[in-house]
Amino acid sequence: MTDRIGDSLSRRDWLRAGGAALIVPALARPALSQGQPDVIRIGHLTPRTGFLGPLGEFAVQAAQLAVEEINAAGGINGRRIELLAEDSVNPQTASAKAERMIQRDRVACIVGEINSASALAISQVAQREKVLFVNTGANSDALRGSDCKRFMFHVEAQNTMMVRAAGRALLEQGLIKGKKVYALTADYAFGHDLLKQAKKFMSANEATIAGEDLIPTELTDFSPFLLKIRQGRPDLVICNLAGAQITNFLKQYSEFGLPYPVAGFGFDTALAWGAGQGNFLGTWPVIWHHLIDAPSAQRFVAAFRAKYKRPPENQGWGDYTAMKVVAQSMIELKATESIKVVEHLEKGAKFNISKGREGYFRSWDHELMQEMYAITALPADAIKNPYDIFKSTGAIPGANESLEVVATTRDENACTFPA
Amino acid sequence: MQLAFILEQVLNGLLIGVQYLLIALGLSLIFSLGGIVNLAHGAFYAIGAYLAVALTPRIGFGGALIASPLAVALLGLVIERFLLRRFYRDDPTLGLLLTFGLAMVAEQGLRMAFGAAPLPFAIPSWLRGQVFVGDLIYSRYRLAILVVALACVGGLWLLLTRTSFGRVVRAGVQNPDMVAALGISLRPYMAAVVTIAVGLAALAGTMMAPVTGVQPAMGAEILTFAFVVVVIGGLGSFWGVVLAALIVGVLRGLTAYAYPPATEAAVYALMVLVLLARPRGLFGEHIARFE
Repeated sequence: MTDRIGDSLSRRDWLRAGGAALIVPALARPALSQGQPDVIRIGHLTPRTGFLGPLGEFAVQAAQLAVEEINAAGGINGRRIELLAEDSVNPQTASAKAERMIQRDRVACIVGEINSASALAISQVAQREKVLFVNTGANSDALRGSDCKRFMFHVEAQNTMMVRAAGRALLEQGLIKGKKVYALTADYAFGHDLLKQAKKFMSANEATIAGEDLIPTELTDFSPFLLKIRQGRPDLVICNLAGAQITNFLKQYSEFGLPYPVAGFGFDTALAWGAGQGNFLGTWPVIWHHLIDAPSAQRFVAAFRAKYKRPPENQGWGDYTAMKVVAQSMIELKATESIKVVEHLEKGAKFNISKGREGYFRSWDHELMQEMYAITALPADAIKNPYDIFKSTGAIPGANESLEVVATTRDENACTFPA
Repeated sequence: MQLAFILEQVLNGLLIGVQYLLIALGLSLIFSLGGIVNLAHGAFYAIGAYLAVALTPRIGFGGALIASPLAVALLGLVIERFLLRRFYRDDPTLGLLLTFGLAMVAEQGLRMAFGAAPLPFAIPSWLRGQVFVGDLIYSRYRLAILVVALACVGGLWLLLTRTSFGRVVRAGVQNPDMVAALGISLRPYMAAVVTIAVGLAALAGTMMAPVTGVQPAMGAEILTFAFVVVVIGGLGSFWGVVLAALIVGVLRGLTAYAYPPATEAAVYALMVLVLLARPRGLFGEHIARFE
């Protein structure tokens, strides 16, 4: 006869033991992390579970790689960086964790996030505490406009930049002017904002909306919508979904074999890889991809591959770049105070961001001005490995254009920093 | 035209419903016989999908379709023997906590072993393509899923109603003490029921892997819906669960047509309505020990 756990321990004991197991590590941590003046702590918050979890994993890995490289090169003026990385889960948790990292762990800055709502929550804490927050993955224009903050900077592109980068490629393919478009949009802050920017672009370029559906973020079966799209017979399907949903959509779109070209205005390469050869199709904007032909980009790809046995995707690039920007600024300033870094970035300091051209932050909305790309799926017979499944446009904007031409103007997305 | 389109959505909804069926039936069986709400059931679905992705390059999709559910069913047998068995007649909270913990361990385990990014996996070439009936379009692959799922449902029904095994299981659901008094130990039956239920969940996972993202949270996503299906259909009722799965599928199709943002919410609203009108679910049986 085996022992029955239930005989020796009451339910109350179980709960008590479980509660203690949860509380003990929380109490033990501050003692471990106090009093090391030779260390600079940086907080990293990003969703690592849920529908954005697949992207968050790249973010954490790339941030760790960046910290290793920075420390190996002598740290920040001789001080080592210590990365405190946690799952941001949702806006409420993100806010609470940001507060704890700043007040208890005394982090020099916070880097990360993908979800626009969580990024807003973190930025509110960062602004109140006057600690730098570098947003590496949240796209909504509002974060750079009505919700902008003096202590928040954006390595990630805003939605408008994504829309205009993909839009330019689609215009060249003749898929926009005078065409009927069917749009599927993720039903939360990011999707709504993206749809707004997409519609602006469409109407400016003589495209009409033949149908549009808001898709709940938990939806996994797209077949009812595929039937609707088929009934609408559009010239182009625009998929403004987010995270793992894009993978589901691509797989099911190819399952139904609909003939209409597909494009989207928001994307991450991990989702193309997740859909796989033969399922990935269409044209999409990306802020960065692993095939960019710049020496610094290929150095990053090689280092990431050596450590994690797969190429980095664009979310990894965002967190890697943010870490490098923060470290480089602190080294140049010989200071770690957030306000000094903010002023340094506002002066237009230039950074090598693993692309062809250097990038800089705009002083009035703190958006990183940078090259973008649009990628298009390769036909199945042109694919040689699971990662190189697309071809890319050249940099957008082109070499002889200002980096600002795809971003919003002050009139389009006014930002007034709160005091 | 409009009517034909609505009909198409209804038929497609039936196909969607079938996807929940194999999982919901297993959930219902384990609960009605063992009294355990198996929150780890989605995890077995996910493990089945991952195993299919891992096995397909070696033994092909056809092989994986058999090997993956069998392997996961064995895992279910082990978990039944060493974990679930301890909690059958205990406070239901304990079983709930145990299986909730198991689900988290499984999801995190998959994340550690395979990474958080979705794994690429496609429909095998011999099942790709569409079938057209008039103007209606069907994915050939989904029709194949339908056939397999209906065969499983039929087989399960025969097992439960036409065999001595099924008679003991049904008696055990209604009155385990009487079954014990008759000198029949329910233990081997419970082990068999869990093994079958877990195997069916893994089979569903294997079949869904080519058309849904293979990622660690996939089990949690499907479990919620399967659970809602069981609640609507009524615990212990075989055909209640079958009917509920089809209703939920059709409801999703029609809501997607009429008001897309409510596609998920409509299912929960239906559950609330059913619980208000019939707290035991559509065909829920009167089970003395759960009242």
